[in-house]
This record gives sequence, structure tokens and C-alpha cells, in this order.
Amino acid sequence: MKLGAIGAFLLTGLIAQAPSDASAELGDTMFYGYLLFEQLEVGVNGADNPIAWDVMGWYGADYDRIWIRSEGVLATDSGSGEGEAQLLYSRLVLPFWEVQIGARADLRLADGSGTGRGHLVLGLTGMTPYGFEVEGSTFVSQHADIAFRLRSTQDIYVTQRLIAQSLFEMNVAVQEVEAFDVGAGVNDIQVGLRLRYEIIRKVAPYLGISWRQKIGSTADLARGAGERTSDVSGVVGLRVWM
Amino acid sequence: MDGVPGVSFDGIPAGQTYVYRFPVRQNGTYWYHSHSGFQEQTGVFGPLIIEPKEPDPILSEREYTIVISDWTFENPHTILANLKKYGGYYNFQRRTLANMGDESGSLWATVQDRLRWSAMGMDAADISDVTGQTYTYLMNGLAPADDWTGAFDGGQRIRLRIINASAATYFDVRIPGVPMTVVQADGQNVIPVETDELRIAIAETYDVIVQPPDGAHCLFAEAVDRSGHARGTLTSQPGRATVVPARRKRPLLQMSDMGMAMAGVQMDDPDKGGMNMEGMNMGGPSSASKPSSMPSSMPSSMADSRTCALLPPEKHGPETHGAGNTMVAAEARPRVDEAGVGLRDATWRVLTYDQLRRPEPSAEIEPTREIELHLTGNMERYMWSFDGVEYDNEMPPIALKNGERVRFKLINDTMMAHPIHLHGMFFELDVGACEHNPLKHTVNVKPAELVSFTVTAAEVGRWAFHCHILYHMEAGMFRVVEVLA
Repeated sequence: MKLGAIGAFLLTGLIAQAPSDASAELGDTMFYGYLLFEQLEVGVNGADNPIAWDVMGWYGADYDRIWIRSEGVLATDSGSGEGEAQLLYSRLVLPFWEVQIGARADLRLADGSGTGRGHLVLGLTGMTPYGFEVEGSTFVSQHADIAFRLRSTQDIYVTQRLIAQSLFEMNVAVQEVEAFDVGAGVNDIQVGLRLRYEIIRKVAPYLGISWRQKIGSTADLARGAGERTSDVSGVVGLRVWM
Repeated sequence: MDGVPGVSFDGIPAGQTYVYRFPVRQNGTYWYHSHSGFQEQTGVFGPLIIEPKEPDPILSEREYTIVISDWTFENPHTILANLKKYGGYYNFQRRTLANMGDESGSLWATVQDRLRWSAMGMDAADISDVTGQTYTYLMNGLAPADDWTGAFDGGQRIRLRIINASAATYFDVRIPGVPMTVVQADGQNVIPVETDELRIAIAETYDVIVQPPDGAHCLFAEAVDRSGHARGTLTSQPGRATVVPARRKRPLLQMSDMGMAMAGVQMDDPDKGGMNMEGMNMGGPSSASKPSSMPSSMPSSMADSRTCALLPPEKHGPETHGAGNTMVAAEARPRVDEAGVGLRDATWRVLTYDQLRRPEPSAEIEPTREIELHLTGNMERYMWSFDGVEYDNEMPPIALKNGERVRFKLINDTMMAHPIHLHGMFFELDVGACEHNPLKHTVNVKPAELVSFTVTAAEVGRWAFHCHILYHMEAGMFRVVEVLA
């Protein structure tokens, strides 16, 4: 997972640093790169105090872009954790919506050994009325396991620089995948609220609270493995983009 | 001349000299600027004043050229990149929970209004893309603290040639206590009209005559979003300080700016969060008197009272202009009688386009052709275009036949005002004054406005036609108009 994360970092770094052509003539297509560390945080939960990240970036013009995403958690006590990285092609199809297609790689670290898997990804991301940034994704793994994810955030401006961001995420799997502790049905729900202060637009430290709840047969699998099914953490982190 | 690299010539390479030769066929107040990349933002511009060959009908005893501009130490490429990634990057005057109580009307009405805007994914506080957050607004190159100063002797008629050379800022210009008589717009004389405040769109010029009483007077140019101002002083007593008016509160767009006239929407409400009375009294002119008869040798007898009907409001068709356009104006209408957002409830006189009259009537005949263009954009990605299509080099020009009379209809489907500028030829802006419609090279198209102008395609060549907000032009709100030989 570490390798994957480092790879994703390097890739996004390269992409974001590609210079936009300063000498472009009017009417030339302009390319831009964006890299957002939406979450880069430490959780305080009185147990494994995990480090978590959620990174996205793109490079491209107005309609067509290459996207990368990566997210994951890593327990600071045991070194176990899981993470994923996605590489997507994205196309703006409606004023607020883009369709994405690509691949996702997962890595799960437990007891000093890693397990990986790959997926095809078909996603739709955009903004709904009332300013909800929504991502809906369908994943098909190399073993033909199918899963869905719905994720939504909303920024609420408390002041011009103090911004509360709500987060809701739900994962659903069609089949059980025991190696990844995934049961059939709704796997988990994640709810969070993060309050950031934009020192400058691009740099914002934040405090927040995050609740992850495993559900149904996924929760049963976790209990069987002696893991917790519910986790409430205070989080401290940095949101930064370039 | 009036060229654009890639459109009418190859530009001027670094270190090279380019000699412009052109017959001077007009006179008045103009300005020049580089059309390469973002050089205009970095200061490659200046005034271009052409004196008339005959004695000037506009009499004045003193004259000052007032160039208003927006300066930033940020690289303009970075500005555009920031906007592409986050359209609200420079807006620090948003509606927030903390300023919920600042808006006029009940808290419940504020909540309802905010929810309506939020439901559409729009920001009513999005007045300017690039703001005083990064800009310092300059008058003749001087920051407000440096206070550009022009001297006069009491009773003198002063001609101010006001030029908005900004890259991305509209200004509202006034001299508290001193009325201004507008005598020229975009370099073309107009029948004098007295006013207290005027909004100058980017690239526009206005010449005004003022006759201030003895003392020091503040020449105040407030950025349209109220995030900053430029200012200077006209004084008969050098060294005496002026009172700089307080900036008004940042305005909010209204549902009428969306071209919506739905039942239950308070269209006639003054700007929510508009000006407060105190601020107005501080900065206001001494009186809002009837226009005084301004001494002038202009043929004011020509004040033709004939009016021609403006185009009727136009419902938008089913075409929504693709993913590069967020919304359409359900009903676009002429707004030449409106001062615009932030000036709607001014208690003094504010110049509107329908007050502008050219003195010599046009002898031109009715247009034989009509070209409709929609002003479109997607703020989420900072995409700006005509008809939803961003300019590219391969795009065929808008072709006009030599000598042909064409009516352009511009419909603004976006929530922002756009200063649309045509190179090479003046157009007659339809303000309902028939053959006295004013000649202009730049027209401010308000949100949900239907603007109509007529142009005689008298100049053969390729001419740029674009939004003069530099970042909108660079993003693609640009076309080539070609007059074929």
C-alpha cells in the first residue's frame, strides 16, 4: 500500500507540476493540473489513532481530463491499513456532471502482509442542487465482484474563511469478499464534519469528527476477526491544493 | 490597425519594432493595449487621445485624462489557473452564516432567497471574478493612498476623459457634490446629459464636463463588487485633503438577473444588502436637482424626442448551449434603462445607456440581416463562450459582406455582466433613440439582457469580437468577425 500511495503521490505531483503553456495563443486549448489533498489527517480515537488521506487530482482541458484519486487509512499502532488508488478518464457531459471510467487498485495490509486487487471503475461525479458534491461509482473487480460507492460532501461557509464540510459515504457490495472483510449488502457508512480555516484559499488546517460504522455481514466479519465495527474519531488535518 | 495576434497579424516579436500607419479618420478619447496573452493585465496599455481637426464643439478650460485600472502582483496566468480550479477563488464577500443578518428583509426571507440560489448552484454574491483581494485599483497609475491629484481654478470647466483600462473590473465613478455632464462615450460625441454617477464597463471611455466649486473634490471610482476603489482629487487648493466616501455594501444579484419573473419572486425589491442611507448621505451629491442647462456648443437642439421601440423580451428556446453553459435566461429583455447591480437603488442620478444620443443622426437604413449570439459560461469550470462553444483557432469567422447592415442580437445567459467589444467598427447601440442611437465600440451586456446593435460592415478585414474581461476572453468568449472584400 505504501508503494501504491507513494506512486500516486509522485504521479499526481508530476501531473500537477506540468507547466501550462505560458505562450499559448488565444484559441489554443489550455491545459491545467489540479491536486487536492482533501484530507490529510490523524484520527484520535483512543485505539489505533489512524492516519488517513483522501487525495484527488486532474490534468486536462475543460471537457476531457485524466483524474487520479487515492484514499486510505493506516493504523499508527500496528501498521495495518488499507488504501486504494484510481486512475480515470473524465469527460464533462452536463454543466455540473462528468462521467469517469478507469481502474482502481486496492491494497490491504494486515499482520505484515499485503493483499491486493484491481477493479474497473465507472463513475459519475458532479454537483447537485444545494451544492452537494457527489460521486457515484460502480466497481467491478478482477474476480467480477461488484460494488458501489456513494459519496457526498457539502461546504458551508460559516465566515469567508471558516468552512464546515460535511461528508457522507456509503459502500455497498453485491458479493462477499472475505479477503477484504467485505460482506454482501451495505458494508459501511462514514459520516464526518470538518471545520477548516482557509489561511489562504489553498491551505486550510482543520478539526473535525469522523464516524465509521460497519454494517450487516461486513460487521459480522469484523467481529469475527476481533475488529471494531464502529469507530468515532476526532480528526486533525490539513486540506491543501495546488 | 486594431489588430490581434493570430487574427489580423502575427503580433510583434520580442525585441522587434512594428510601425503602425493609419489614416486618422476619427477623434476622441480612446486607449490602446496589447492583445498578446495577459500583457494588458501587466500594464501594457495607455490612453490614445485624438484631437479634432475642426474646433472641438466640447468646450473646456482644462482637461485631464483619467485612466482607471486594476493592478495585481500575481501572475495573471496563475489568476486564470486559480479560477479554473475554483471559480470563487477571489470572492471573499460570499454569503455566509455569519453575515446572514446583514441582508435586508426578514431572516426567513434571507434563508428562502439563499436556498433559491443554492438550489440553482449559483452564487448571488458573484459580481466580479477577480477582486480587491488581489487587485489594487489605480487612477492614472496611482494607488488610492497615493491620491492622483488634478488642479483647477474655481469656476473652470474641466473635461475628464475617463478610460476603464482594467483587465477585469467595472467601476462606478462619481464626484460627490459635483454633477457630471457626459459629452462623449467610446470616443464619439453624445448630446450632453447630466448625471451624478456612471458605471464604466471595461474598455469603455466616457468624457464628462465638470465645473466644481472651489475646494477639493474626490474623484471616486468604486469597483462594482465594492471590494476596493480607485480615487483621485480635483482641487483648487492644493494640499487640502478630501473626504473619501465610504464604499457601499457589496450588492447581490436578483432573480431578475436570471431572466426569471416567476410568481413569488420579489423582482422589484431593491438589492438585498444594498446601500444604506447613511453611506449615501455621506457620499452623495449635494442635491439631485433637475439637469441644469449645461453650457455647451453641442447641438442640443437635436435632442430628438422620437423613440423607437426596443426589441420585445425574448423567451429562450430549447437550446441550452451544452455542458459549457450552466443556465439560460428564461426571458431576456432590453435593460438599457437600468443602471445595473449595485446601483439599482441609488438616490441620485445614474447614467443609463438609454440617455445616450448621438448628435448627428444616422443616415443608415434598416439592417438586412440579423445575427444572434448567446453569452454563455460555466462558472464551475470557469468556461466562457459564445453559444456554449469556446473559441478555437479553427473556428470559421462570423462573415459579413462589405457594406452590409447587420443587426447583432446578444443574449446574456450568464449571471455576470460582460463588456462586449467589437474591433474595427463602431456599432449603433439600440437604446430606443432611432437614428440618434449612440455609436459605441463596447457594450455592457447585463445578466439576462437582450442587447441589440447594428453595424455597417464598412471595414474589410478580420476583426476580434470578444468579452473585454481579459480572463473571459482568454477562456474562450471570443469570435472573429470578418468583413469580406
